[in-house]
Amino acid sequence: MKVYFDNNATTPLHPDVKKEMIAAMEMFGNPSSMHSYGREARANVENARRQVADFIGATEKEIVFVGSGSEANNTVLSLFVCGSSQCIPGSKMRSSIITTKIEHPCVLETSECLAHRGVRVKYLDVDQYGKIDLDQLAGMLGDDVGLVSIMMANNEIGTLQDIETIAEMVHASGALMHTDAVQAVGKVPVDVRSLGVDFLTISAHKIYGPKGIGALFVKKGVPYCPLIRGGHQELGRRAGTENTLGILGLAKAVEMRALEMPGEEDRLLELKNILRNGIENSIDDIHFNGHPTDSLASTLNVSFSGVEGEAILLYLDLEGIAVSTGSACASGSLDPSHVLLATGVDAELAHGSIRFSMGRQTTRQEVDYVLNVLPKIIERIRNMSTAYIKGGLHAASR
Amino acid sequence: MLQAGDWAYSETLKEHFMNPKNILQGEDTDAFDGVGMEGNLQCGDQMMVVIKVDKEKEVITDCQWKTYGCASAIASTSILSEMVKGRTLDQAFHISPKEVAEALGGLPDHKIHCSVLGDKALRAAINNYYTRNGQEDKVKQEQVKVICQCMSITDHDIEDAVLEGARTYFELQERTKLGTVCGQCKDEAEVLLEKFKHIHFGV
Repeated sequence: MKVYFDNNATTPLHPDVKKEMIAAMEMFGNPSSMHSYGREARANVENARRQVADFIGATEKEIVFVGSGSEANNTVLSLFVCGSSQCIPGSKMRSSIITTKIEHPCVLETSECLAHRGVRVKYLDVDQYGKIDLDQLAGMLGDDVGLVSIMMANNEIGTLQDIETIAEMVHASGALMHTDAVQAVGKVPVDVRSLGVDFLTISAHKIYGPKGIGALFVKKGVPYCPLIRGGHQELGRRAGTENTLGILGLAKAVEMRALEMPGEEDRLLELKNILRNGIENSIDDIHFNGHPTDSLASTLNVSFSGVEGEAILLYLDLEGIAVSTGSACASGSLDPSHVLLATGVDAELAHGSIRFSMGRQTTRQEVDYVLNVLPKIIERIRNMSTAYIKGGLHAASR
Repeated sequence: MLQAGDWAYSETLKEHFMNPKNILQGEDTDAFDGVGMEGNLQCGDQMMVVIKVDKEKEVITDCQWKTYGCASAIASTSILSEMVKGRTLDQAFHISPKEVAEALGGLPDHKIHCSVLGDKALRAAINNYYTRNGQEDKVKQEQVKVICQCMSITDHDIEDAVLEGARTYFELQERTKLGTVCGQCKDEAEVLLEKFKHIHFGV
């Protein structure tokens, strides 16, 4: 049996999105061209823009199509460092930003880079469930802070932040609010007006759309500066000929999400509870990561004491089950998940963490299959683990 | 389109991961003549090696292990346990991580550090055997290896530099003058730098 439980990494293309994109492959015109080929492409791109805008409660002009969620996040953070006198936000923005310790690397590494370019970056801590502390935020906000960037749903542990309350606080202090909603849009209701955000990041491939396309919501009237220059596309906000195929795929993906989201969260939550209870009842010495209730219904992150995550991942792969891990060994670095460490999880448990992320295609049979296979794998790895020799430790020579 | 490629690992490594050899069953190590353990759980790798020794010939007759770690850590201890059987204590003591990696059919660069603990644990087990058998004089310190031939800088010098605060190749050069002549040792020195940073500071 093949089980894909890594939907937070990426999702399979929705069959209807695939159909739409196959049809769109015939449409090759450049949306900037004035002839009929161009006008056809333009009409479809603008229609797609309306669909994406509608899906998150924005207006069409507030949607900028970009190449990825990472590009959208880089664009927002980079508003700060433009030293050009031509650039309105660059010269007028306050000089500090606030973000969290559990953001995606595209926010954290860009923030680090900004710090080297003179921007003061303040990092919010999170509690054991991955929630930020609103009092700490209140203490950090001040007339020096220009932007606050906080992800709506965490990709590793699924924890949701209260963006609405956060945005209110941020605006009261005179700063702008960005949320990376890549893991939230299409999974939980997202309305930019009720959230009150100035910038919001969307990615297509997390919601059964194609890779290489995302969208950035830029609230009308907020300062903006393009990351990619040299073209009038996207009203001068993102140069480069439009990825028409990707844009149409993204629009179809949100259209399908609007149809399929009702009821899906309850269904996934039920499956997550079955998975969670099943793991809890069949495996000892485990630790669930993330918020018990305020979390994505699709995401379950669990640490297995005394076993290393890459070994679990690969043994599961041999059984046809695809998951991801917060272990250092799987990442190519020597550090385990920064998100789990930020929640105060011990490094050993971070190395032994596995993320199960389900999706629209996930079935009860798949959950049962995982519950059948997983306990044997954990037992097998623990049988060969030094962490499970108690008496033996005393005999060791060091 | 291409099918899913194989893992980043060789077939040999995959085989030792899927069917590890000589895992120590249970917790009892009393039946063994030497026990060695290296690494720690916080870093994500820990290996324990236990050996039985033919005391007359000083030959390893059995080697079993436990490993907490990733696929390459598990496989490298497994293959090491096969390699040492029948070797004299002295031969086994000089098995290098490179030999282990080669026996596995090579390791991806970022996985080299996962395989260096097995031979260390084995050396600890051999030293443990000598200590238990009243042969303290035979207890050997870790092998010293010259990394930078031009400046005669050893792996121990690199380890000391890391312990004293060097975190980058540049800082390592500042402290040891390593790699400041021909520069050919840069790659090896960088691997050791990362390894010692990992072992001592978990970074």
